[in-house]
Amino acid sequence: MSAPTATPPPAQASGAPRAPLTKKVLTADHPTWCPGCGDFAVLAAFYKVLEKLNYPQEKIVTFAGIGCSSRFPYFVNCHGGHYIHGRSLPFAAGISLGRDDLHVFAFGGDGDGFSIGGNHLVHTARKNPRMTYIIMDNSVYGLTKKQTSPTSPIGFKSKTDPWGAFDQPINPMRTLINSGATFVARSHATQVNHMVEMMLRASQHDGFSVVEILSECVEFFEGAFDSSVPRKGGAFQTIELKKHDGSPEDAARHDPTDELAAFQLALEPWPGKFGVYYENKTRPTKNALEQKLIANTREKTKGASDLELLQKTFARMR
Amino acid sequence: MVSITSSETPDGSKSAATPRSLNDVVIRLAGNSQDGIQAVGGFLARLAGRSAQEVMTYMTIPSTISGGPSIFQVRMGTGDILSAGDRADVLVAFYQHSYESHRPALRPGGVLLYDSDHVQPNPEDREVTAVGVPFTTATVEAVGGSAKEKGKNIYVLGVLARMFDLNVPKLSQLIKERFGGKNEDIVRNALLAFDAGYAFPSENLQQCLYRLEQPAPLPGARPQVTTDGNSALTYGLIAAGVRYGAAYPITPWSSIMETLRTELPKYGGIFVQCEDEIAAISTALGFSYGGNLAITGSSGPGLSLKAEALGWAVMAEIPLIVINVQRGGPSTGLPTNIEQSDLMQAIYGSHGDAPRVVLAPATVEDCFYIALEACRLAREFSTPVIILTDQALATRIEAFDEPDLPKLMVEAKPDLSTRDASFKPYPLDALTRHAPPGAVMGSGKYPIVTGLEHDELGHPTANPALHTKMTAKRREKIKAVAATYAAPEVFGDQSGDVLLVGWGCTYGPIHEAVGRLQASGVKVGHLQIRHIHPFDPGLEAIFARYKNIRVVEINDEGLYGYGQLTTLLRARFCNPAIASITKTDGLTFRVSEIVELVAQNLGLTSIKTGARSHSVLAAPNRT
Repeated sequence: MSAPTATPPPAQASGAPRAPLTKKVLTADHPTWCPGCGDFAVLAAFYKVLEKLNYPQEKIVTFAGIGCSSRFPYFVNCHGGHYIHGRSLPFAAGISLGRDDLHVFAFGGDGDGFSIGGNHLVHTARKNPRMTYIIMDNSVYGLTKKQTSPTSPIGFKSKTDPWGAFDQPINPMRTLINSGATFVARSHATQVNHMVEMMLRASQHDGFSVVEILSECVEFFEGAFDSSVPRKGGAFQTIELKKHDGSPEDAARHDPTDELAAFQLALEPWPGKFGVYYENKTRPTKNALEQKLIANTREKTKGASDLELLQKTFARMR
Repeated sequence: MVSITSSETPDGSKSAATPRSLNDVVIRLAGNSQDGIQAVGGFLARLAGRSAQEVMTYMTIPSTISGGPSIFQVRMGTGDILSAGDRADVLVAFYQHSYESHRPALRPGGVLLYDSDHVQPNPEDREVTAVGVPFTTATVEAVGGSAKEKGKNIYVLGVLARMFDLNVPKLSQLIKERFGGKNEDIVRNALLAFDAGYAFPSENLQQCLYRLEQPAPLPGARPQVTTDGNSALTYGLIAAGVRYGAAYPITPWSSIMETLRTELPKYGGIFVQCEDEIAAISTALGFSYGGNLAITGSSGPGLSLKAEALGWAVMAEIPLIVINVQRGGPSTGLPTNIEQSDLMQAIYGSHGDAPRVVLAPATVEDCFYIALEACRLAREFSTPVIILTDQALATRIEAFDEPDLPKLMVEAKPDLSTRDASFKPYPLDALTRHAPPGAVMGSGKYPIVTGLEHDELGHPTANPALHTKMTAKRREKIKAVAATYAAPEVFGDQSGDVLLVGWGCTYGPIHEAVGRLQASGVKVGHLQIRHIHPFDPGLEAIFARYKNIRVVEINDEGLYGYGQLTTLLRARFCNPAIASITKTDGLTFRVSEIVELVAQNLGLTSIKTGARSHSVLAAPNRT
């Protein structure tokens, strides 16, 4: 017997027609976020993404760590879980690797992703499992009521830095590109269409895709992202992607497969640009590499059953 | 226990060429870690296993990468071999330091086999028979100059094969199997070295030729297999249907993850080497959440890092196998030595009230069966199960009956059936049976597994009554595990002066100690506790039958004078007869040590420790 692989549930096997996924079907518990929180918009955009993707509902998994934004899975009516602080990525990678038939989404904030879970971010990027990670970055610890976060800007006054933070903040785009994530994008909670586009592209990427979304905490860091909100006097500058049409204006557009160009884009001063920074379509996923290893190994064992394989092993111990 | 059947003349000289028959011998090989003495010990152990002889080994390896003293002790014989033996009958010394450190471990009348290129034994020492053999130069001569000193371990194996009239075709076969995967030169050189050792002029060994009694094979007996505890545990997991896992390397756990990494793909599975211990347990939990029971493991320090996630698994009720191959602690401690000091960590290590199942295998063979048991419990009760093994069991080689695989193999698939509308992920009146992703929910409501306290549907709640009820649910679930256990069996006297209680690798030495104490007139029984948490039913009644209960464990007596298992047993049974026999020298208990400590502990003055003081190799007139 080969490893336990997922068998489709009867409803699907019989080819029964499915009702399309709608916001109504996808809505679960009422969000616990404060009024005005940017995360509401992220959730609304995510519903739209799922509507467009229209995956079988039971095949969608949402997972999260700890933080305000990590409450996300409770609000999406799909299989999911609420794990410990900072460790949702290795957990989600386990789901994805063990069950290649699922669509795995992880959610979290800047503390979860860049601080306590920073090591996992780097290594999940390196391993490239097939999954999507949405980071709602508010540059502050909100759930614990205003401590400095890894993306808090220098000078930010918090309960742990009442005189203003002075540790260098993480640059998420730079970190992600440097770690080898194969899809890196940045969006803004005030730009629903842009969020939908970025999350959709991330979901359709074959590998570890990350979207960082600036999502304001109105309680503890009001106005944090005003400089990229047009109605607050800022500018929302998007990344124009190369069309490869040979036109002179195309030369100035960004090629997301160009790692160096992506890195340069990541070094632009705050608030920086929004869109797809980097995309690597050639690196195989860990899912694919592990399956290839299994296929190669099983070719050598010539279709022996599990029992025969283990019997052979014990025969060698005689 | 030891019978020497010999046809020797009183002066032991004339008929020395006739091998004397033995039924039990202890050989200690002492060298450096890169000398391949583990390989020689492994060959001897496997040969004994193939000859249906009982065998047990013991080894120490330094934690340094290369170099440093290392020993391998192998005991072979007929009858039950339960410990690797206290002192040796043969000491093979590769270096002067090996000779000096281990000469005291050689019994009077024993044989010192030393590398005359490196060792100068004390010429005044007439207590043992010293045989000098130029291991190094003879190996270089046999194999050719390019091989340097490599192969002298196999040369020694040849000398031992001659001394003990070992089965040469079987040994040659083992050598071919071991080196067969490498290039032909290696096999050829190994066989050349072996033959040269075997051909070592027999006149030099004429005082030292023996033959191990061959047991008559029992009718219908299963073939014997020979392996170490980590390997037995690994293949037990595979037999139990485990196909997924994740871990981070740490001694002495690593060999399990190495084997799983190479074996699982054959079975269609995946083993992930993670960036750290926390990622490892998280990835394993991800596999389990996906519906495939997964395994992670480590040693004590790694378990400390996994503790938070373990608490989540208890709260979210996700099944998981966690192995702790214990070593000396705390901190980096004694990374390559035995200690049984993680018992409290296994039972309580996390935060909050987080009950889980803890099991401890007693022998190498038991490592295989306990893996099956752990997986059954994890699946049935949707709980993390910790297997608490140790460095001694992990590295020790034993022979045991080949498991009846067709009967034992478990095939497990995720249950992706549609759940009906009444499905609750956390029912208060029933065991949790999670619906893995992929399962359609008849209610239309999809479940969230969570580390927050929750109601029956998995919604977060801080309701006081619900937290009380859910805490009780998780506790009662683990208590229900005990209801599936039978009362354990006691070996030896069923009532009397003292009951020796052990767990883990102490099984063999305690078992042998019982025989020696009984020979001195002590009424003594032995109980090995495999089910650490929860305990087996019926312990109270067993304890009531003995005047004294002594728990033998390799950990510290603590601030209040009791070892870790002892503390628990005293708390559980409030029986003042329960006390400890503990030690923390990083070594397994010797039989004589237990006998002496029991005698001392109970004020028994007339006890002989019973260890044979002279070697079985000693000529009968000398003993």
